[in-house]
Amino acid sequence: MTCTLRALLGATALSAIGGIAAAETLTIATVNNGDMIRMQGLTEDFTAKTGHEVEWVTLEENVLRQRVTTDISTKGGQFDIMTIGMYETPIWGAQDWLVPLDDLSAEYDVDDILPAMRGGLSVDGTLYAAPFYGESSMVMYRTDLMEAAGMEMPEAPTWDEIKAAAEAMTDKDNEVYGICLRGKAGWGENMAFLTAMSNSFGARWFDEDWNPQFDSEAWKTTLDFYLDLMNNYGPPGAANNGFNENLALFQQGKCGMWIDATVAASFVTNPNDSTVADQVGFALAPDTGKGPRGNWLWAWALAIPAGSQKVDAAKEFIEWATSKEYIELVAENEGWANVPPGARTSLYENPEYQKVPFAKMTLDSINSANPTQPTVDPVPYVGVQFAAIPEFAGFATQVGQEFSAALAGQQSADDALAKAQDLVNEEMEAAGYK
Amino acid sequence: MARAVTTQRKIVATAAAWIIGLAIFFPILWTVLTSFKTEAQAIADPPVWFGFDWTLENYSVVQERSNYFRFLMNSVIIAVGSTVLGLLIAIPSAWSMAFVPGKRTKDVLMWMLSTKMLPAVGVLFPIVLIARFLDLYDTHILLIVVLMLMNLPIIIWMLYTYFKEIPVDILEAARMDGASLRSEIIYVLTPMALPGIASTMLLNIILAWNEAFWTLNLTTTKAAPLTAFIASYSSPEGLFYAKLSAASTMAIAPILIMGWFSQKQLVRGLTFGAVK
Repeated sequence: MTCTLRALLGATALSAIGGIAAAETLTIATVNNGDMIRMQGLTEDFTAKTGHEVEWVTLEENVLRQRVTTDISTKGGQFDIMTIGMYETPIWGAQDWLVPLDDLSAEYDVDDILPAMRGGLSVDGTLYAAPFYGESSMVMYRTDLMEAAGMEMPEAPTWDEIKAAAEAMTDKDNEVYGICLRGKAGWGENMAFLTAMSNSFGARWFDEDWNPQFDSEAWKTTLDFYLDLMNNYGPPGAANNGFNENLALFQQGKCGMWIDATVAASFVTNPNDSTVADQVGFALAPDTGKGPRGNWLWAWALAIPAGSQKVDAAKEFIEWATSKEYIELVAENEGWANVPPGARTSLYENPEYQKVPFAKMTLDSINSANPTQPTVDPVPYVGVQFAAIPEFAGFATQVGQEFSAALAGQQSADDALAKAQDLVNEEMEAAGYK
Repeated sequence: MARAVTTQRKIVATAAAWIIGLAIFFPILWTVLTSFKTEAQAIADPPVWFGFDWTLENYSVVQERSNYFRFLMNSVIIAVGSTVLGLLIAIPSAWSMAFVPGKRTKDVLMWMLSTKMLPAVGVLFPIVLIARFLDLYDTHILLIVVLMLMNLPIIIWMLYTYFKEIPVDILEAARMDGASLRSEIIYVLTPMALPGIASTMLLNIILAWNEAFWTLNLTTTKAAPLTAFIASYSSPEGLFYAKLSAASTMAIAPILIMGWFSQKQLVRGLTFGAVK
């Protein structure tokens, strides 16, 4: 009823104005990452160009997920644009919860979006969210420590080479740890890292009949290797470390290597925050020679929920925020190292951007991730560090808790894998996949 | 008869009180200290205690980026509104349960408490749907009603225990002296229950101020209180601990000051009793 009332009121208002395109106020939900903060600072440019005002709702990542999920599934209509990831987009797109972005303007040049990003944000070839910035993961390492150890980091290292380097750089007396990796439980925390790592060891979450594979040899090798690395060369208390904790450690010069999001490269090379800014090198995520590398693929993307009343204005905003012009606007104001990375091909062809030390490695990492064929053996799901099914976030977090407990020394790797196998099996049966 | 307290005992008790007090206060102190550091100093290991260049930069950045006063006003309206509404409902019900208990009063009290055992997220969807149906999403009214409902069992329980402490004999004495129900309530009961009502009110304002599930899930822009203000400074990919601390300090400052000034009232209320 309220809808009808609103529509009537809207119609009256429109006829009163008499055909003048109405300036709207868009409500946009987002997270507090550096690139989003810059976007908020530049909103005036959008308002000046289109007349539309923007209200930002910035939330903590998990709260944001909860809010947008609630809003979208109850058709709450609180947001006109929401910041979502590569995990939600295909699921929500397939449910018709998002407005398809299939009529973007010619100037927007949708073909310029990096193919890996476009693929991960589409359902059956239709784009449902536009990438604001994209990331993969890669090795960030201390060039000075490698040199002191008399070693050289290959551009595409293997896991054994990583282990050797970690061993050589570890100096626990001086609080330097060879390798820092995620240990904090969560599907987007330790499981993002471990799932990507397991791909390179030939493991997979499910076989083609949705049977969980934690009882496989490949998963055991993965977890054993990870625990061995972390127990011998990792920092103490690693079971509590996520992205930010490791970033802090690396910036303080306490990590020889850190394998994590490519977006971290701009933080660790920023002399204002990092004590090791000019001693950081980059390499592709490691592999074992089986094909896939241990890197993930992620995008923070902008999407319009199906309940929005302001779809046209929202599309205008998305076109503005993910355009080539926006990238230039940021470059002008904040410098090329601060533009949102990983979304557009043209950015990496720009000679100015090519001077940024981590540009090439970021692009190579993104291009080496394949969400439609992430593993050695075939799988029924899409996604590199996740399986794009609605149930994944729930049970992957539980699995993450088991693995985190193994890292904390509360249980053995075998126990953690056995528990993971059982709980995922149960969830998949309950959800009707088997 | 007062017990003799030796000096030694006094020293031990005072030292213990200080240690416990400081341990409880430490997280707040650390947040406040961090808010005056640069982002690099905020994550420094070993941590810097006082010997850093104190800066107000975080506060100015936070002030520039968010409209603090809008969030503050929303917090005040929601916290005070839900507490007042809660008291209006709770006083009569606690009154009747304390002075004219029925056969099932005890069961009712237990049942009310049991509603607190349900995880809030369990009723998130129904409440969101009701809010949407009534077109109340992101309004003060919705938050006031929901927070009042969440805190009502606690308000009633607290008031009930305070009222129970008032000896019925005193009320009977007043009645014997010919006081009507009205004057009995106004001149005898209220003055005796006032410290209890005041501390219930203060405690519930604090609870409503700190409530961070419903306030985050039922607001967007118009009614968003300080919890949303803090949440907006948490970052999944980026170290903004100093700014987050500045935002937290700004969010807790009003309630901290209020608590400071009403300390006496709070303590008196919590240890209140007519015969103590």
